[in-house]
Amino acid sequence: MSAKHAVTSLVLAGAMSTALATLAAAGPLTKAEGDAAVAAKKEKCFGVALKGQNDCAAGPGTTCQGTSTVDFQGNAWKFVQGGTCTSIELPNGKKGSLKPV
Amino acid sequence: MPPEPGLSFTASFAPALLDPARSTPDGLTGPNGKAAGRRYDVYRNNVTVSLIDALAAIYPAVQRITGADFFRAMARSHVRSNPPASPLLFEYGRDFPEFIARYEHALAMPWLPDVARIERAWLDAYHAADALPLSPARLSAVTPDRLADLVFVPHPAARCLRSQYAAVTIFAANRDDAPVTRIDASTPEDALITRPECDVAVRRLPPGGAVFADCLISGRPLGEAAASALEASSEFDIAANIAGLIEAGAFTSLACGDQ
Repeated sequence: MSAKHAVTSLVLAGAMSTALATLAAAGPLTKAEGDAAVAAKKEKCFGVALKGQNDCAAGPGTTCQGTSTVDFQGNAWKFVQGGTCTSIELPNGKKGSLKPV
Repeated sequence: MPPEPGLSFTASFAPALLDPARSTPDGLTGPNGKAAGRRYDVYRNNVTVSLIDALAAIYPAVQRITGADFFRAMARSHVRSNPPASPLLFEYGRDFPEFIARYEHALAMPWLPDVARIERAWLDAYHAADALPLSPARLSAVTPDRLADLVFVPHPAARCLRSQYAAVTIFAANRDDAPVTRIDASTPEDALITRPECDVAVRRLPPGGAVFADCLISGRPLGEAAASALEASSEFDIAANIAGLIEAGAFTSLACGDQ
């Protein structure tokens, strides 16, 4: 670590007291505030926590699979434009694309 | 069924489960004594379907991004070459993000493995041990001369992931059914995953925040973590990042460097 970036006790003490003041003042967002911010896609760094879908949260293994699902022989499939990948862009204008197997 | 000579029952029963080219094991019979080849086919179909469904349950954003047909084909390919190593289904697919990174049909979506890593971390955080997050009052009791050597004990659910792409935005946009608007994937984003109470939360970290969080989660002292973060980004804000990590519930308690 270079001396240039050494962080003095004084700097740390100042940062810690600012952090504690922030924590005391901020208080958690209410659910409505959080939902509104997420809906407006205004989530800020360290701001609103983005939550995942909780209804599938327990993970797999909790349902009984029916015997009628035939997936084992499904080698020949055709790509159907069903995903959101075409909305996701890289700087050269490339979008995600899917090629059939 | 008598096992084949030199093979355990499992060793003769299992290989055809994930390989459709193999015929059903010899000598399988049902309770009535009839040959049970068809029952075996039903069973091995369900083995593959249930493992694909497990991956779909763990990686819902990946599935939404690719569409179900692509996802199931990619998942099937993974299942065939990576049978479960644990009887706990939620442990399955830990190596799926690396598989996606190598999967030739997904190479046009270089952000996809990182989105999958966030989903895996989400589930791991969900199943991590419960623990009360560190209270700010504990921090205010630390005297200034001890701050540089302060070591934080990470919360069992806390995880930090770094991406060259906008993986957090892509993850967040695809974890529910809301419409996805255009996303520029080229902005690097780092994720902090925590579960202070019952709900897993995924946050985007500010500049230098991932270096800082990584250092503190891995037990390095505060002074060193702050210096490393400043080295990574001149925009790094010590106070905001301390407050952010505490508010997110990334730690449970404090230890001092000399203890």
